[in-house]
Amino acid sequence: MNTSRLQRFGLAVLAWSITCVIFFPILWMFLTGFKTEAQAIADPTLFFTPTLESYVAVQGRADYFRFAWNSVHVSFGSTLLALIIGIPAAYSMAFLPTRRTKGTLLWMLSTKMLPPVGVLVPIYLIFRDLGMLDTRIGLTVIYTLMNLPIVIWMLYTFFKDLPKDILEAGRMDGASTSQEIFFLLIPLTLPGIASTGLLSIILSWNEAFWSLNLTSSRAAPLTAYIASFSSPEGLFWAKLSAASTMAVAPILIFGWLTQKQMVRGLTFGAVK
Amino acid sequence: MATLRLKQVAKRFDDTDVIRGIDLEVNDREFVVFVGPSGCGKSTLLRIIAGLENATSGDIVIDGERINEVGPADRGLAMVFQSYALYPHMTVEDNMGFSLRLARVPREERRAKVLEAARVLQLEPLLDRKPKALSGGQRQRVAIGRAIVRNPSIFLFDEPLSNLDAALRVQMRIELARLHEELDATMIYVTHDQIEAMTMADKIVVLQGGVVEQVGSPMELYHHPRNRFVAGFIGSPKMNFLPVEARGVTTRGVEVTLPGGGVSEVAVNGAGSRTGEALELGIRPEHLLLDEQGPLAGRIEVIERLGGQTSLYVRMDDGIVTLTADGDVAHAVHDRVRFGFEPGRAHLFDGQGQALESLQRHPLSELGRRDSRADPEAGA
Amino acid sequence: MRTRASGRTVGGLRSLSLQAPAVTLLLIWMLIPLGMTLWFSFQRYNLMMPGMEQFAGLENYEYLLTDPALWRAMGTTLLLVGSVLAISVIGGTLLAVLYQQEFLGRGVARVLAISPFFIMPTVSALVWQNMMMHPVNGVLAWLMGLFGLPPVDWFSSFPLLSIIIIVSWQWLPFALLILLTALQSLDDDQVEAARMDGAGPVAVFFFITLPHLKRAISVVIMIQMIFLLTIFAEIHVTTSGGPGLATTNLAYLIYLRALLEFDVGGASAGGVIAIVLANIVAIFLIRMVAKNLED
Repeated sequence: MNTSRLQRFGLAVLAWSITCVIFFPILWMFLTGFKTEAQAIADPTLFFTPTLESYVAVQGRADYFRFAWNSVHVSFGSTLLALIIGIPAAYSMAFLPTRRTKGTLLWMLSTKMLPPVGVLVPIYLIFRDLGMLDTRIGLTVIYTLMNLPIVIWMLYTFFKDLPKDILEAGRMDGASTSQEIFFLLIPLTLPGIASTGLLSIILSWNEAFWSLNLTSSRAAPLTAYIASFSSPEGLFWAKLSAASTMAVAPILIFGWLTQKQMVRGLTFGAVK
Repeated sequence: MATLRLKQVAKRFDDTDVIRGIDLEVNDREFVVFVGPSGCGKSTLLRIIAGLENATSGDIVIDGERINEVGPADRGLAMVFQSYALYPHMTVEDNMGFSLRLARVPREERRAKVLEAARVLQLEPLLDRKPKALSGGQRQRVAIGRAIVRNPSIFLFDEPLSNLDAALRVQMRIELARLHEELDATMIYVTHDQIEAMTMADKIVVLQGGVVEQVGSPMELYHHPRNRFVAGFIGSPKMNFLPVEARGVTTRGVEVTLPGGGVSEVAVNGAGSRTGEALELGIRPEHLLLDEQGPLAGRIEVIERLGGQTSLYVRMDDGIVTLTADGDVAHAVHDRVRFGFEPGRAHLFDGQGQALESLQRHPLSELGRRDSRADPEAGA
Repeated sequence: MRTRASGRTVGGLRSLSLQAPAVTLLLIWMLIPLGMTLWFSFQRYNLMMPGMEQFAGLENYEYLLTDPALWRAMGTTLLLVGSVLAISVIGGTLLAVLYQQEFLGRGVARVLAISPFFIMPTVSALVWQNMMMHPVNGVLAWLMGLFGLPPVDWFSSFPLLSIIIIVSWQWLPFALLILLTALQSLDDDQVEAARMDGAGPVAVFFFITLPHLKRAISVVIMIQMIFLLTIFAEIHVTTSGGPGLATTNLAYLIYLRALLEFDVGGASAGGVIAIVLANIVAIFLIRMVAKNLED
């Protein structure tokens, strides 16, 4: 009995130590945001008098809320668009499969493997000519296309789990395709659709390649906001931390709340 | 009035023929059962009738009108699915009224129709529940209720009882028969369970490999199976098959040499068979009789006593024979027994598995479950 | 009524029309830029010299393929992807087994441990570079000081390792998240049966747990590969590919060509090479996924 209790204790200590190590940078960032610049570069300590001065200073330097609004706008907008385009496509792949369906799905996934940098130049030039550089619309379109393959894949796996019979019963009851989708498919797979949306939002929120290259000021989301701290304000750790905390907090909390739903979709249903 | 006619209906999935040219007639108010082993195409055939699959070729005709191109909802059919396929996010009432809602039937009228169906199925106390809160049998009834509400010309059932436990299955079987009587509708029912087919059908369609093996009333299939497959499929326990050799043909039937050297006569038309031809003798367990002078012999390997009757599994030289005997039979395991059969009860199959025609039709074999529908021409 | 209905049974046509928007968009998204990239890659085209565009044949490719930087960048890419995959898969598997055990506050610990996955790459790069790995004031330097060790200037001494650490910190939690979920579906009876057969914890891990995780691990590898091949932000924010070319992966090399040297032709040729490479990887990955699709 004693050894097993000791083992248990050791296990808890080990697990929690690892947890602390993994989580430490986030914790540290959070704490540093409430320090003065002098405290921030002093020897590490967990005990200090918190101050909001960095937050005030950061907000004074650049309007956090404009960047945040851009992030929200772009990630939610692109997710909504991807779902609107993806749901009918995934529906037809899951319930009206043809010989080509599997190939189409794999092809869609393969577009996701194209390195964005390979098409950066043309996209940049197209955007320049269309006047879409540094616009929220432009970034929204890019994110929609970027996430569409993953969105369709995830929706496809969720839809596959819905017994075909239920939709067929609907068809026998006289439902048209759109009625089938709105009255049956969407209500019945709402958790899956939600988790797909969540992942798409997170991926868009954190995306840094297109946002850094296609936006500069007006439409720049939080990723660009943070990148602007890399120099020379990177030296001002308290401000950097405050800004980072603000950039990360919404999506982190979002992720905490939704992690369980997300896993199933992330793995394309391979993990049950 | 609803009659259904299939003309040379065929279905191909990729490179496999699932249905190979089926002709069939379903008369008004008939209870027709499609039965066959899994993969025989019975469900596909039902789904083609429902409009959930397209036939690759052939015509589907309801009341004289070709409906191949008509959508499932507009064919005037209702289907009860194996999984019930209830809408899990809707109450029982909404489930049953969904088709009416889609058809924009006014709320009051909708409610009246749902209540009427609920009354027939004794579902009234459950109307506000969600499917999750129902037992298997209740879900089944809701699925049937959903079909009734649509007032279809033909009901389609796709193995509706296979998810229920044995006791409930018997009960639902009786309820379905009662429902058929009460609604007076045409019903097509798919099952792999020959007992369901025997107990409920006016007409059984035995399918195998996408082909109709035989169509007929339950008693016709039982007494006059057209081939070895139908003979083995219908009836429980299964028919026994013994290799025999034709010895000669008389006016009373065919004389055969049994395994073990005994000789017996089977009352079938032997016009096509030659002396010395290898045939197969089919005899149902309930038609084998223990008899000290019988032409067949073997050793009892297993005895199953059910009380009223006893099943004996008898080892012969080339295989095991099942024999249904009286409940009071005194034999024990390892006993040697002799047995025989009445010539009129046995069947003979040729090398292709086709049955030789019986010399006497069984008196019950022309009867459907309900006498009034016995005449197959009645609805046509 | 009948006409509307008639379309309803024709599966192929309906299927096509529902997929059309998605397929068309993705086709455009893929083909037009791809075509343009291909076209540019055969041009002498620099944004600093407008109006000077002319056909260059294979010149850009020749220049690129003979440039040692390309091969260096490819090596860096593979090393980066390989190391992060190894760390996150092995670490993730071990941690998944650990977090599967009962201990006090397990739920909270799990949520905290997967958090880095939700942090945007720019933030994690900056936090690590400045506050963790800073040679003077960083937490790591302070920790090493406690043990009397000299501080390390991570980004100049071990630039690629630093990037690997940062990226692994982001992706190990992802592997953990997936594998933990996969572990939860492991049948307890199976483990107990193995125990009855005399298997110790190590044997159980290798003969029961690991085979059970096989499929989940392949999924982890596939998804991570998609994202790791195109890592950009972590490098851009911290080292900008340096010092020298130490942390320049293929994606970053092309980026340097395109947007800093304004050499559209050269960058496009690099893009084509990146796409070809990605497709080689993709073929292998897609096979894996296709297998997962089977069952």
